[in-house]
Amino acid sequence: MLKFDHVCKRYPEAGDVLTDVTFHLKPGEFAFLTGHSGAGKSTLLKLIALMERCNRGNVLLDGQNLNKAKNRHIPYIRRKLGLIFQDFKLLNDRTVFDNVALPLVIAGHGHQEISRRVRASLDKVGLLGKEKKYPLTLSGGEQQRVGIARAVVNKPPLILADEPTGNLDPELSAEIMKLFEDFQQVGVTILIATHDIPLVKKMGHRVLKLDHGRLVAS
Amino acid sequence: MRKEYYRKAKVPVRKKGFVSNLGDKLHAYLDIHAHAFFSSLGRLVRAPFSSIMTIAVMSIAIALSAGFYLFVANIQQLTDSFEDSNHMSVFLKEQVSDQAGAKLAETLRSYGNIKDTKLISRSQALTEFREYSGFGAAIDALDKNPLPAVIQVMPSSESMTQQQLEQLRHTLSQLPEVDQVQLDLEWVKRLQSMLALAERGVTLLSTIFGIGVLFITGNTIRLELHNRREEVIIAKLVGATDRFISRPFLYTGFWLGLLSGITAWLIVTMMMMVLQTPVDELSKLYDGLFNVLYLGFIEVMALFGISTLLGVSGAWLVLVYQLRQLNPE
Repeated sequence: MLKFDHVCKRYPEAGDVLTDVTFHLKPGEFAFLTGHSGAGKSTLLKLIALMERCNRGNVLLDGQNLNKAKNRHIPYIRRKLGLIFQDFKLLNDRTVFDNVALPLVIAGHGHQEISRRVRASLDKVGLLGKEKKYPLTLSGGEQQRVGIARAVVNKPPLILADEPTGNLDPELSAEIMKLFEDFQQVGVTILIATHDIPLVKKMGHRVLKLDHGRLVAS
Repeated sequence: MRKEYYRKAKVPVRKKGFVSNLGDKLHAYLDIHAHAFFSSLGRLVRAPFSSIMTIAVMSIAIALSAGFYLFVANIQQLTDSFEDSNHMSVFLKEQVSDQAGAKLAETLRSYGNIKDTKLISRSQALTEFREYSGFGAAIDALDKNPLPAVIQVMPSSESMTQQQLEQLRHTLSQLPEVDQVQLDLEWVKRLQSMLALAERGVTLLSTIFGIGVLFITGNTIRLELHNRREEVIIAKLVGATDRFISRPFLYTGFWLGLLSGITAWLIVTMMMMVLQTPVDELSKLYDGLFNVLYLGFIEVMALFGISTLLGVSGAWLVLVYQLRQLNPE
């Protein structure tokens, strides 16, 4: 599903952020990406979402070499990903429904299809009935669940989450992680960047550990 | 139950035929357009102050071009009517009687290159002079009528060349009854060349104002893009193409252009209405030669079309450049 092959990423101002990173995630696999702040977790995720491109090596998503992807193909590659952020990145002037519907609207789905899928997705994260609310009227945990509903509404094969529980208390964090496990069970590949080590240990999934840009455990 | 979530949706999609699926997509595409079309208008309405400011500036620029264009068109009409009445004044010698004059007018009318003639006898000339010149008292002080009889000659073809007219003038001046023939259109020619210059001026001015409108829209869209930066970035992250993101902004440009065009038209029309009465009065003094011209239907449509096009192009120019730079970090 996702393959990193001797990947290096260097920023002119910060030097090497990722050095010779190689790993392979199989379809339906659940993995955590850990490491200290600045170890390169976010950069690694950015390479997958094509927010950055690597300097050396190859990143393969579903067999497609992302290095060779043209700029105009980026939107279509991103539609295969469900992205989840620490700060949720919701549109605060739109309702929960509109937020979750955004990927479907962008992909050009019809009205009924959108309505049905958004409801299903909100049901999955336990927010059915809150479609008409605005994100800022919801709690942090609920906002993150809106973010997750948006990420999965398009049924992407790979979910990437960058510190999804960074702003949440342990109990809510565990709930969110449980949701990710549910998605894994239906065949979605999950990669979660986090530094919540106790939670990672408790869940017992594969761990990719970065240290100063090098993969020290996989 | 949970496994169903990912599977549920696939079934009905597969059931659908290719055509109905295509119909759905088309429907969705039109929906997106309709949404962008109305939501961009809604945004303008919800920020009335800045919208009105922008539209005011744009419409004044457009109205200046359109107004100048209309001004030239009106003056042009004036010279056109002079060109139409390309007539000559044939002044008769003092000793020629009214009957002889009438007879000559009759004879001239039978010439191939003369359409019509009209005799103004000496007494008629005197009456007209008294009426219009304001020197009636001065005329009365003279013991005899100093004015000659005149035959006004209208050449048959309006498109007669200057040379042909000159030739006709020469022929007429050779007649024994004729004192002199005046073909005094020199000032019309001067006015025409001035108008040609003014027309060039209109083109230049319109180009400059057009570029101005382009920049005003561009700048408005740039600010709008800046205000909605977060939204654009999120849309990019969930897989929106630049085309999808551009659409509402292009429609904003469309609305700004169209609304400015309409406002400019209203401004120009109101200006002409203010001028209507004095111009009509002036025109009356010149035998109703002159009518106030308003923008015609086609010209109004062209005005709307061009201003809309400028709005969309201004937005497009900014989007092409700015969207490439606006990337998620």
